[in-house]
Amino acid sequence: MEIDIKELEKNFQKKIDKDIRIEPNDWMPDAYRKTLIRQISQHAHSEVVGMLPEGNWITRAPNLRRKAVLLAKVQDEAGHGLYLYSAAETLGADREQTIDDLHSGKAKYSSIFNYPTLSWADMGAIGWLVDGAAIMNQVPLCRCSYGPYARAMVRVCKEESFHQRQGFEIMTKLAAGTQAQKEMAQDAFNRFWWPALMMFGPSDADSSHTEQSMNWKIKRHTNDELRQMFVDATVPQAELIGLTIPDKDLKWNEAKEGYDYGAINWDEFWQVVGGNGPCNKERVDARRKAKEDGKWVVEAAMAFAQKRSAKKSA
Amino acid sequence: MEKSKEWPLWEVFIRSKQGLNHKHVGSLRASDATMAIKNARDVYTRRSEGISIWVVPSNNITASDPNNEDSLFEPAQSKVYRHPTFYDVPDGISHM
Repeated sequence: MEIDIKELEKNFQKKIDKDIRIEPNDWMPDAYRKTLIRQISQHAHSEVVGMLPEGNWITRAPNLRRKAVLLAKVQDEAGHGLYLYSAAETLGADREQTIDDLHSGKAKYSSIFNYPTLSWADMGAIGWLVDGAAIMNQVPLCRCSYGPYARAMVRVCKEESFHQRQGFEIMTKLAAGTQAQKEMAQDAFNRFWWPALMMFGPSDADSSHTEQSMNWKIKRHTNDELRQMFVDATVPQAELIGLTIPDKDLKWNEAKEGYDYGAINWDEFWQVVGGNGPCNKERVDARRKAKEDGKWVVEAAMAFAQKRSAKKSA
Repeated sequence: MEKSKEWPLWEVFIRSKQGLNHKHVGSLRASDATMAIKNARDVYTRRSEGISIWVVPSNNITASDPNNEDSLFEPAQSKVYRHPTFYDVPDGISHM
């Protein structure tokens, strides 16, 4: 019997509209599968590459408490990468292939991680702003139409809530410290504010995937909506600890009950996405090296397992 | 780059506390069962989520076909008399 693809697509959309989650073995349009594999693997890459800028400061954390916290946070990011690669695999993605796509530059990751971490205050700025923006993005993804992705996001969000708090705590302490510490905090804030706003992706008018993703309930809010939520949440936090938003056009808009903010430098965004950010090459090189240097471990463990199971069955 | 031989995929089940079932929490890759347990400990129980772990090779799981959902599960829906609410209990009767 010929199954009508139009009929299948109609039933699929009906399920989506009724908020019934899609599970791995369910029928889904190829484009839905492709979109999810692209989004989930990019998300996984971001978690893994995201360990690098922070890993840079583990050995130089100012005290043992900060060091333990930073280690725990970076370990969480590794776990988040794993949940997400697993979710991508449920769609039939080949894990090694998705990782090789990152290494060849074919697959992207969040452009924020292509900025360098120059001072300890950057650990504060990243936790507060970058994880803050990530949470803004990820909370609605807990209701994503694809079950395994949504479930991974629930775990990630639960774990990530401490990440933002520890970052804000670092910034709060520095902002209330000596003149030099305060300047360090403000400098980190200045450098990370705009790239954090860019994390939500191009503005709605230029976002090619938004409309279809909203119809499929992969996405629940547009990029600009999420960006606005982030600005409105973050401005009062900055004011509370005495840091200045590096945007002379920022002002409260009574009518929309939100902040108007200045123009984002989209040229910079596209340059960084395109591979020309300050650290793109360094980040991908580090990932490639990790895989190549670790290859013998992967192979040795597999050989050991095979030898042991051969012995058992003999 | 030459493709390395991949570690097999494992499904992970966690018992969150004594008295409850093991529940599926996700999957991971490991070279053997011992490593799968260790990795599951690191990945899925960093915040005291469990006291016992099962790992099962993913290719050992047989799943029902979602296309047969209707024929598999519909018979249960038409047999409402399997539920206590199907029956009338006279007033005055309690604890039944």
